Amino acid sequence: MSQVRVLAGTRKGAFILTADGKRQKWQVSGPHFGGWEIYHMKASPVDPNRIYVSQSTGWHGQVIQRSDDGGKSWEPVDNKFVYDGVPGTHQWYDGTPHPWEFKRVWHLEPSLTDADTVYAGVEDAALFQSTDGGKSWRELSGLRQHGSGPHWQPGAGGMCLHTIILDPRDPERIYIAISAAGAFRTTDGGKNWQPINRGLRSDYIPDGEAEVGHCVHHVAMHPARPNVLFMQKHWDVMRSDDGGDNWREVSGNLPSDFGFVIDIHSQEPDTIYVVPIKSDSEHFPPEGKLRVYRSRTGGNDWEALTNGLPQADCYVNVLRDAMAVDQLDACGVYFGTTGGQVYASADAGDTWAPIVRDLPPVLSIEVQVLQ
Amino acid sequence: MIRVVLPAHLRTLARVKGEVTVEAGETPTLRSVLDALEAGYPMLSGTIRAHVTLERRPFLRFFACGEDLSHEPAGRPLPAEVASGAEPLLVVGAIAGG
Repeated sequence: MSQVRVLAGTRKGAFILTADGKRQKWQVSGPHFGGWEIYHMKASPVDPNRIYVSQSTGWHGQVIQRSDDGGKSWEPVDNKFVYDGVPGTHQWYDGTPHPWEFKRVWHLEPSLTDADTVYAGVEDAALFQSTDGGKSWRELSGLRQHGSGPHWQPGAGGMCLHTIILDPRDPERIYIAISAAGAFRTTDGGKNWQPINRGLRSDYIPDGEAEVGHCVHHVAMHPARPNVLFMQKHWDVMRSDDGGDNWREVSGNLPSDFGFVIDIHSQEPDTIYVVPIKSDSEHFPPEGKLRVYRSRTGGNDWEALTNGLPQADCYVNVLRDAMAVDQLDACGVYFGTTGGQVYASADAGDTWAPIVRDLPPVLSIEVQVLQ
Repeated sequence: MIRVVLPAHLRTLARVKGEVTVEAGETPTLRSVLDALEAGYPMLSGTIRAHVTLERRPFLRFFACGEDLSHEPAGRPLPAEVASGAEPLLVVGAIAGG
């Protein structure tokens, strides 16, 4: 029978949650790297026991860890993230120029074809690549040096590159997203980048339809339909059917279209999940009810999924990288909260149960199915 | 032989218990001790001082013999008691966190 491995990054360490394919009884391993912030951990699809981890603290900065045995043992690899050339400035919150400064790695995206190749999305926003299993990193500086770079501004959480999507059809085609610059696409492996924000509207910036400046929270793609992208923006749930060239809003009947996570059912490319959050100033679920919303129509028509989730007095948040789906049939859906719960559904969201209730605040969730 | 006391997170990262010792030349300085420390424990590179500028990370300080050496020039010789191994160099994290 298949095994399922959930990788949970938290404010105070990493946890590995495992179960068989029924996904009912879970084993919890951790904390790994206790006391450190684990912004993200993700395994290689080529070698599932190769796991990359972003580990950081305010005291000691960034460390990258790597496991080659599914998380039983770890080896620190290179943590030298140095911007290419003279990094220049971006805009600070008040619109003044501010020098680019590396702070941390938000997201690690292993290659779809090579276990030694991995991408790192960092704050202040930039994309790095390693082709030697994390032993060295180089910036793909065409992104940061895109002409709009000096106009990028941080969101409340910092100016982070948090989403990296690799197109399964074409290794040269990569999508990334930055808070609060927007979404970008390369078709030449990272040398040149194009903003892909047409159709986004953001009332909190001077020109609501500007080419850059949108606070994109997360983007998802189904590998079987790589031209279709779904986006949870600061406000608004958006959809593109042309690889990001144009976006349209699909928030429909959501109780709030503010939120952080968005993900797609592994077998149904038109079934998508979000967790509505009340507002940009109140980062908790509307009415104190933790509800995942599912659309089976690719947006606009949404149903609340509540079975097994707290429906009173719940004021947690679900952060942008803290939802994942597995590849089993029926699709498993997982998300972690700032209250330390990791919830799992083994039936595509119809029913939910916590795997664990009392972890540190959850920053990220990834899931693997092991044969 | 220079004795160095690391904060808990760095002891875990370097997989050491208690003090570590390094050889840092006849006239050890903060810079030569950190160079030797990072050579012996490469995983500590960037965790005490920045990679390129070699500036001390802002939430860390250096103490020895009851003195705060955090703001001393990195090339200044360390106290004789540290050079002789009688006293350790302390790498101390700020009281911060939550």
